[in-house]
Amino acid sequence: MATLTSAPPILRTEALTIRFGGLAALSNVSLAVPAGEIRGIIGPNGAGKSTFFNCLTGVLRPTSGRIVFNGEDIAGLPPHAVSRKAIARSYQITNILPGATVLENVRIASQSRHHNWSMLRHHRAFTDVIDRARAVLADVGLAQKEDEVASNLSHGEQRNLEIGIALATEPKLLCLDEPTAGMSVTETHATVDLIRRIARDLTILIVEHDMEVVMGLAHTITVLNYGEVLAEGPPAEIQANPRVQEVYLKT
Amino acid sequence: MLVLDNVDAHYGKSHVLHGVSIEVRAGEVVGLLGRNGVGKTTTLKAIMGMARRTGGRITFEGNDLHGVPPHGLAGLGIAWVPEERRIFRLLTVLENLRTGLDRPGITPARREGLLEKVYAYFPILRERRNQAGGTLSGGEQQMLAIARAMVLEPKIILLDEPTEGLMPRMVAQIQEIVHALHRDGVAILLVEQNVPLTLDAAGRVYIMEKGTVRHHASSAELRADQRVIHEYLGV
Amino acid sequence: MDQILIQTLHGLVNGMVLAMVASGLTLIFGIMDIVNFAHGDLLMLGAFVGASVLGMTGNYWLALLVAAIVIALLGAVLQVTTLRPLIGRDPLTTILATFGVSLVVQKYALWQWGPSVRQISEPVHGDFTLFHLQYPWYRIVTALLAGLIIGALWLFLKYGKYGIWIRATTQDRVMAQAMGIPVPLVYTAVFAIGSAMAAASGVLFGPFAGVTQTMGFDFTLRAFIVVVVGGMGNLGGSILASIFVSLLEAYAAIVVSPAQAVIVSFIVLVLTMLFRPTGLFVPTPK
Repeated sequence: MATLTSAPPILRTEALTIRFGGLAALSNVSLAVPAGEIRGIIGPNGAGKSTFFNCLTGVLRPTSGRIVFNGEDIAGLPPHAVSRKAIARSYQITNILPGATVLENVRIASQSRHHNWSMLRHHRAFTDVIDRARAVLADVGLAQKEDEVASNLSHGEQRNLEIGIALATEPKLLCLDEPTAGMSVTETHATVDLIRRIARDLTILIVEHDMEVVMGLAHTITVLNYGEVLAEGPPAEIQANPRVQEVYLKT
Repeated sequence: MLVLDNVDAHYGKSHVLHGVSIEVRAGEVVGLLGRNGVGKTTTLKAIMGMARRTGGRITFEGNDLHGVPPHGLAGLGIAWVPEERRIFRLLTVLENLRTGLDRPGITPARREGLLEKVYAYFPILRERRNQAGGTLSGGEQQMLAIARAMVLEPKIILLDEPTEGLMPRMVAQIQEIVHALHRDGVAILLVEQNVPLTLDAAGRVYIMEKGTVRHHASSAELRADQRVIHEYLGV
Repeated sequence: MDQILIQTLHGLVNGMVLAMVASGLTLIFGIMDIVNFAHGDLLMLGAFVGASVLGMTGNYWLALLVAAIVIALLGAVLQVTTLRPLIGRDPLTTILATFGVSLVVQKYALWQWGPSVRQISEPVHGDFTLFHLQYPWYRIVTALLAGLIIGALWLFLKYGKYGIWIRATTQDRVMAQAMGIPVPLVYTAVFAIGSAMAAASGVLFGPFAGVTQTMGFDFTLRAFIVVVVGGMGNLGGSILASIFVSLLEAYAAIVVSPAQAVIVSFIVLVLTMLFRPTGLFVPTPK
């Protein structure tokens, strides 16, 4: 793996903490993700993985600590502002537009990045947007299905479409929340290939329960437990870490 | 007694169970292990008729559960203790128990007997019997959920992650209760992520991954060779 | 001052009748998420049945009982035939269904009893003297009876065996089923109970203003306002809201005509939706 440590990290959190009453859902979480890395976030149930994503993407406001993205402090920004900072997220529950075609789903996302205010031209006139949408569909392996109504896609294809929608907003940081949940083995492999393909120009954070997926994809893994960072390192190191094994096998 | 034969299930479009085959004999404690999201809870929901069964059969004491309405399962002898416990928060502890105690054909004497039995198992419930379910602590709610299943006098209890979120002391208590239920002759299908507890309580264990059963062995075998556990549940 | 006293009594009495109607409506909504547009028409049918039985037997109390039972059965039949098949579908479907039932019921009543106004005479005559004012005994009796019936309902829900079934099903239908509670039957029973209460309200209210095919509408309207203001599914809230809104309307009727006084109810509804949408008498959700 090329050394990614020379450039400053694209995402950094400092002592990120969220408290709900007496409960600390996240406690002093500090991590640094270099640009271009695939970072896996794992941990047993209730460890704070989704809370962490919610914090990053502006759904939750941290109680204390900083989130620095591309040099900018983004903690506490509302979700639409975070999206404009080029952070995109896919969700555990599929969030596509079921009545629109595959191409339209992606085109709408792409359009939000450009030509946001022009209301007078017909959408077909935005050929640049359509070309970009098609390129995204090629990346996520749905090029053949561009005219298919999204609700007709299989579950795995819908999850991939969701990744495509996130991609179309041209993010610098892509947060994937259990992208292979509910997928069969074949669909999972297809999605893993997809993620490898798109990882070229992106930084990716991935929360997963499927160990094969996350160990195979991630450059570095952060393990959360009870809202704290338990361990961090390359997959092999994490797998050999007895404290991590203990947390998983004794929970 | 409870047989899942090559069961497929869907949640909407999502194909969540693929050819799951599991068996629980009368009086047995069988474990169902696996990481988050592999389909353990979905398997219980398929038995309870809450996930759409799209393939295979589920039979209980030889009868296909296919046509049975959701409220008919308790009468057949199947009790469910869900992952989220699902205590009736606005009902008192006693009223929660009454939802299972007030069955057709049950004599007042037997009702009293069952109530005394669960109070003996869980003294704290007697103490809190007039308190609203929602005011109980997590551990107490778990006990109430189990007690509520017990008063149905079931032949099998589907027990979904009873130790999740509980303190170690409570986990030990749950372990005791599972043993006691087993001594009582109640079969248990125990879904868990806690490996030591499951290996201790269950005689046989199924391990699931990605919606299907990947491994099936006795607890003794799994204890002897830790590699299987590590592969499917570890990191 | 006299006016205010009289209007207070009017408000309380009307409030109690409305509370009976609203209780049934909120119970039905709370347990099965059904917005029953036909509720007022069940009240109307109850009043007509009551009037007929009264005409045949001369016994008011028998009329009250028969009306409640007949409409309870009708309600059960309606629920099983038109609403049960719609469970789980888009709420708009059930709204349309109950609206359709409402139209059918109104036309049926017209066909069955004709367009003229029926009378239900009071079972109790004479006036009650409060200070130097006269107020019909019957109205006091109505309010007390309504209170009694609502009280009985509350006791049944709190302590009755089936009351626990109803409360459990309202809170968690799926878990109730898992405990062996026959939820489809519970739904039918609740709809029947709500219908019976509406019918009884109709017979109780009969002597106030006569029985017509369209009398139901005003009640449906007010009952909905009250259910929203009191918090949907909240029995205590709808009772308090019924009295509150009826008192306000009664006082407003001192200044404007009674027909215009209903505007007050709408103002309360709008303010509730704006500031406390979960209900005025519901603790603010955390």
